[in-house]
Amino acid sequence: MVELGALFHGFAVVLTPFNLLLMMIGIVLGVIIGVLPGLGGANGVAILLPLTFTMPPTSAIIMLSCIYWGALFGGAITSILFNIPGEPWSVATTFDGYPMAQQGRAGEALTAAFTSSFVGALVAVVMITFLAPLVAQFALQFGPPEFFSVYLLTFCSFIGMGKGSPFKTLAAMMLGFALAAVGMDTVTGQLRLIFGFTDLMRGFDFLIAVIGLFGIGEILLSMEEGLSFTGKTAKIDTKVVLETWKKLPRYWLTSLRSCLIGCWMGITPGGATPASFMSYGVAKRMSRNGDKFGTGQIEGVIAPETAAHAAGTSALLPMLALGIPGSPTAAVLLGGLLIWGLQPGPLLFVEQKDFVWGLIASMYLGNLAGLIIVLTCVPLFAAILRIPFSIIAPVIIVICAIGAYTVHSAMLDIWFMLLFGVIGYVFKKLDYPLAPLVLALVLGDRAEDSFRQSMLMSQGEMGVFFSNWLVGGITALSLVMLFWPLLSKLLARLRGG
Amino acid sequence: MDQDKESSADERAVISMRAMELVVAVLLFAVGAIVVFDSHRLGSKWGSDGPQSGYFPFYIGLLICLSGIVNFTQAWFAKAAATEVFVSRGPFKLVLTVLIPAIVYVLGVKYVGIYVASAIYITVFMAWLGKYSWLKSVAVGLGTNVSFFLMFEVWFKVPLFKGDLDPLRFLGY
Repeated sequence: MVELGALFHGFAVVLTPFNLLLMMIGIVLGVIIGVLPGLGGANGVAILLPLTFTMPPTSAIIMLSCIYWGALFGGAITSILFNIPGEPWSVATTFDGYPMAQQGRAGEALTAAFTSSFVGALVAVVMITFLAPLVAQFALQFGPPEFFSVYLLTFCSFIGMGKGSPFKTLAAMMLGFALAAVGMDTVTGQLRLIFGFTDLMRGFDFLIAVIGLFGIGEILLSMEEGLSFTGKTAKIDTKVVLETWKKLPRYWLTSLRSCLIGCWMGITPGGATPASFMSYGVAKRMSRNGDKFGTGQIEGVIAPETAAHAAGTSALLPMLALGIPGSPTAAVLLGGLLIWGLQPGPLLFVEQKDFVWGLIASMYLGNLAGLIIVLTCVPLFAAILRIPFSIIAPVIIVICAIGAYTVHSAMLDIWFMLLFGVIGYVFKKLDYPLAPLVLALVLGDRAEDSFRQSMLMSQGEMGVFFSNWLVGGITALSLVMLFWPLLSKLLARLRGG
Repeated sequence: MDQDKESSADERAVISMRAMELVVAVLLFAVGAIVVFDSHRLGSKWGSDGPQSGYFPFYIGLLICLSGIVNFTQAWFAKAAATEVFVSRGPFKLVLTVLIPAIVYVLGVKYVGIYVASAIYITVFMAWLGKYSWLKSVAVGLGTNVSFFLMFEVWFKVPLFKGDLDPLRFLGY
């Protein structure tokens, strides 16, 4: 087993006091970010990214990915205790988590949530350990047309698999591509879409967009809802933990199903949020107590949490193996790779062994550390939510502004952040999805490059995307994904008539 | 729209869901048109050395226009959204109480820099909207920014914007 050897090497990389310290800091910061409204995985990592510029890349990614794990854990705390989902992927956790807390079973709900998060993440990490090197090796044969077809697949599955209007997804995505095109054209050096404003030459950095869309937008939304934090108190003691753990194995089937849903949705860029909803829905349909869901069923907590963590974790697989992120947070981490001077893509597994395996090893340790930290410190983190909104709101806006400024040391970026905040607020309310916008903004330049290189190879013939079975297969699959809403309707009609 | 007599002024809609959908769709179309226009100017065809700069964005722009048109027609003919409220008065006021100070704050950053503007912003926000005593507000405003200053300027050596007037010049950072 080559992978196991590499993995142990990775553990050796991670197990230095400095890296372990960063891991702890990352988890704690992550949980705090997950608990606070307006700060989440994606923009939390985006804001802290500039602070890691001077760190060694391996240490930096360990800290940032631990923030991500922490944020995944943190979302569950607010959902269960306060009925406020701190993160979009923990919305489904409120359905049964909060009723459980109301019945005085908060400790049980939290233990179940954290444990199943851990299980979900663990399954996904094991999958990454063994699958990612294979995918990367396979992808080494990819040329520009293959890469473009994979990008195409990524974006088409957003349109086909999204639950809202496909044209809203398309609009958000294309807006991301258009924003990515602003500035210097990497091939010809011509300036595009800047209309004489030299400040726009740099283009729109997706970190600014992430901070604005998710941070400021979220603050505006939570303000509108007129936050009143009336939470349940939670005490987790060893007895509750052990009793819940004794119960959990009974739900292994729910757990397994949710893991599969999560891993699948994470690799294809569905992301954690749809995964948690889907898993909750499936669990409800399959469970014997399905009709009691929503009244405080422990399965209703296990299912979404397992899936959300499995999806959130496995979103890193395409990022590591192909350089294509499966979620906005993975996209931010990918942006980090570029900043630290690493070239994302399949070669990463060949050229940066320490980095890749260090990161994978840190996923095992980070999730374990996260589980221990959240189980022991819940009351502490819950107390953060009792800080009134009139203190939290300005502080978070200040943090966002600092984060936006540090990306390029540009004052103009703070204005863009506000603008993106308003866009985020409006888009969220109108159900325009934000994830495709961010992903298109991140991948825009590289998708365009691979498209143009393919076109050069074929002298403008679109046929290059069907020139061999591999690229043809992926392109065909993309088209199926793209027209899935239509196809599924057609199939249903055929079956009905 | 709201027939209920007892509904207070706060529940009246500022803008309906439908109107907002239409506005956003029109804006999208406009953005798409701008992209198409500029890509066409740059050359959206096949040059002597391969695809020109506007080749890719041209189609992106077209797709934005297309989605704008479809979203517009969908919103126009949708029945459910016609009565739905995008935001009503009360919540809108709350949103503005965050948004307007934030705009003033960013203006402030331009002149006096991040630290000073942030300290003032947090203090005023707490005292004015949170109804805290001035003493507490000043303490939180100053405290957070002194710790930000230490963290960024001193420990991580990441200089933040000091503003056109640079009131913190005397600190030597």
